[in-house]
Amino acid sequence: MITPLAAAGPSFDWYLTRSTGAVALLLLSVAIALGVADVQRWSTPRWPRFVIDSLHRNVSLLALAFLVVHILTSVLDSFAHIGLIDAIVPFVGSYRPFWLGLGAVAFDLILAVIATSLLRARMGYASWRAVHWLTYASWPIALLHGFGTGSDAKGTWLLALSAICVVLVVGAVLARVISGWPGDMRLRGAALGGVGAFALFLVLWLPQGPLGSEWARRSGTPSSLLAHAHAAAASGRTR
Amino acid sequence: MCAELLPERISLDEWGYPILDGTPLDGREVEHALRAARACPTLALLVDRERRS
Amino acid sequence: MSEAPSATTELLPDVQSREDRDAPREQAPALPRLLAGVRRHGSVTLDEHIALHGPLPQVRGARRRGRERATMLIEEIGRAGLLGRGGAAFPTALKLRAVAAARGRAIVVANGAEGEPASHKDQTLLEMLPQLVLDGAVVAAEAVGAEEAIVCVCESAPASIASVEAAIEERSADRSATRAPKLHVTRVPSHYVAGQESALVNYLGGGPARPTFTPPMPFEQGLRRRPTLIDNVETLAHIALIARHGARWFRQLGTPTHPGSALVTLSGPVRHPGVYEIEHGASLSSLIDAAGGPTAGVRGVLMGGYAGAWIRGESLRHVALSNEHLAPHGASLGAGVVVLLSEQACPVAETARVARWLAGQSTRQCGPCIHGLDALAGTVEQVAAGAAPPQVARRLERLASLTARRGACGHPDGAVNLIMSALEAFEAEFADHARHGPCEDCARAPELALAHRPVSERANGASS
Repeated sequence: MITPLAAAGPSFDWYLTRSTGAVALLLLSVAIALGVADVQRWSTPRWPRFVIDSLHRNVSLLALAFLVVHILTSVLDSFAHIGLIDAIVPFVGSYRPFWLGLGAVAFDLILAVIATSLLRARMGYASWRAVHWLTYASWPIALLHGFGTGSDAKGTWLLALSAICVVLVVGAVLARVISGWPGDMRLRGAALGGVGAFALFLVLWLPQGPLGSEWARRSGTPSSLLAHAHAAAASGRTR
Repeated sequence: MCAELLPERISLDEWGYPILDGTPLDGREVEHALRAARACPTLALLVDRERRS
Repeated sequence: MSEAPSATTELLPDVQSREDRDAPREQAPALPRLLAGVRRHGSVTLDEHIALHGPLPQVRGARRRGRERATMLIEEIGRAGLLGRGGAAFPTALKLRAVAAARGRAIVVANGAEGEPASHKDQTLLEMLPQLVLDGAVVAAEAVGAEEAIVCVCESAPASIASVEAAIEERSADRSATRAPKLHVTRVPSHYVAGQESALVNYLGGGPARPTFTPPMPFEQGLRRRPTLIDNVETLAHIALIARHGARWFRQLGTPTHPGSALVTLSGPVRHPGVYEIEHGASLSSLIDAAGGPTAGVRGVLMGGYAGAWIRGESLRHVALSNEHLAPHGASLGAGVVVLLSEQACPVAETARVARWLAGQSTRQCGPCIHGLDALAGTVEQVAAGAAPPQVARRLERLASLTARRGACGHPDGAVNLIMSALEAFEAEFADHARHGPCEDCARAPELALAHRPVSERANGASS
C-alpha cells in the first residue's frame, strides 16, 4: 500500500475501487470460462459436472459481490464525485461519462443475468437462456470500462491481469466454437469474427488510447481534476 | 449432472439423458433430488409430491 | 362423401324439449348423423342446418337455473358415454366437469388442427358442416361457463378456414340476441404435434406450437391462465347432437363401451377413399364395402394414424372398428384413421419412410425423442437397405424402451408404437430385408401420404 501523496494523491478508496474492479473482472472472466465448461459438459473424475456447475454459479455470485463493493467505494471516493445513480444509469456522470457509463451498462447486464438465474425455476428455460446470453455482451463492456476509467492503465499488474481475462474468455469462446457450436455456420463465423475483431480492436486502440498520452484528459476527466491526475502520474506511481 | 447428484435413482441413457426409475423417494433423498432438479440445465426434472387419492 | 353402412338417411325429428326427454320416442337408429345433409360441394348453410337438426336448445336459460341446466347437460353427455374424438378417447363429460369446476372463467378451444396427414375428417367437418361444430362449441361453452370459443383450423386447409369464417358471419347476422359465447377462428400450424393440447394452448397464447409438460394442465390453467376446454371438432359436433336428442338416442348406435357414431378417414386401395361415418363396432369389411370395395389385395392396415398400429392383412376379416375390438390386435381407433396398404407396397420401405418423417416432426425439446426417434428411423432404414446391424431386433427393442414415455408429449410413444407394431405384423418381410436387402416393391411410389409439414420457426425455437 503506497502512502497517499498529499491531498492530491490517490486515496484508499481509489485503491479499493481499482482492486475490487479488477478482481470482479477476473472473476467474471473465470465465471464465463466455467460457464462454457458447464455447457460443454466438461468434467473429470475429480471435477464432476455438478461441481463445475456449482463453481460457475458461486464464482458469478462472488464477482457480483466484488462488483458491489467496487461501486460503493467508487461512490465513497470523494475524488471524482461519482453518485450511486451512475452505477445503474449510464453516461450521466461528470467523470469520464462514456467510460464510466460502460461500467453501468455492464453492471445492469450482469444484474439481469444473475437475477434471472436466481429465479430460474420460476421463469421457464427459454427466457432464462435468452437473458443469459447477455453475459457475452457484458464482458467486453466491462473490460473497456476498466481500461477507460483507470488512471493507471499503464501499470504492469493491471495489464497482466487484463491479459489473463482476455485469454480466459477468448479461449473459452474459441473452445466452444471449435467443438462445433453453434450449429449454424454463419453464426459460428460471426462468433469467430466477433472475437477476432475485438482482439484486433484492442491491439490497435490501446496504444493510442489508455496506454497513450493524456488519456485522462481525452477520456473526459473534468478539468478541475486533471491537475491532480497529472500530479499522480508524474510521481511515477504505479499500483 | 442429475445422475451425479442422485445416482441411486437416476441413470443415463446412451445419449446422456436421465432415466428415472419412477419409484417414490425416501426422506433423505428428497433433498438431493431437489438439488438435482435445480441443477438441471434445461429444467427438465420435476420433483412432485405423490398424491394419495 | 358419406355413405351409411346401414340404414338410409332420415331427417332427424323435431327437437325435444328437456322435459320430454324421457318420453319413449323410438326411432330406428340411423346413419348418417354428423354427416347428415352433407353435399358434394359447398357447406351446409345455417338455415339448412336448422332445418335438418332443429334449433339448438338453450343450455343456459333463465339465469337462476343456468348452472343447473349446464350441469344437467354435462350429466347427459356423461350418460351418453361420449369419448373424445381427437385420438385419446378421453371421456368428454369428465373433461367438461373438470373445466366447469376449475377456478376462473373458462374458455373453449375447438381443435381442428388435424396434423395427421392421413386424417381429413376434421377438415371435412369444418368445411362442410361448420354450423354443427359451432353448435357444439356454443353448447360446450355454456356448459362450462365460457364466454369465448376459438376454433382452430389447420393453416393448410384454406377452404375450411373460409367456411368457418362464413359460418360465424351467418350466425352473428342471424342470432340477433347475440347469444354468448363469442366465436373466433384461428389458423394454426400444420405440423404433426401442433394439435397436441398443450402445444395448441402455447400457440394460441402467442408462443411456439410445442407441447409442454410442466403443470398446470390446460383444464386448470391453460390459455390466458384460465381453465381451458380443448375438444376435437368432431367431439363438439357430437355434443351438438346429444344436446338435441339426448343420451339414449346417442347410445342407439355403437357398442355399450364405445357408443355412438364416429368419422373415419379411409385411404388406400379402395374405389372411393375418403371420410365416412361409421357406427362404433362396425366391421372393417363393411367400411371397405361402403367405399366401393378394394381395388387391390390388402397387405395390411394402419389403424389410428401414424401413431397407431399395423394389423396384418390376414386378420382383417376379424377387425371391427372400436377400441375394444381393436385392443386384442394391439391397436385403437385413434383419430379414426384407417390406411390400407396394398399387396404391391413394401411395408418395410413404407415404415422406414414414416419413421423418418415422424422423427422429423419432433419439436426437439426432449433428448430421448430427438435421439431415439432418429436412431429408430435410422435402424429401420438400415434394415430396409439390407445393412442391418447384428442383433437388430434387440437393438430396436432397446431403442423403443429408451424412447417411449420419456418425452413431454406422446409423440415418441406413437412413433415407437407404429414401428414396433410394423415389426410384429410384418416380421417375415423385415427379416427378409435384413438378410437380402431391398425387395422389388421398395422402389415403388410410396402409398402412405406424408405431407411436407416443416416444424416451422414459430413452432421450434433454436435448440442451442
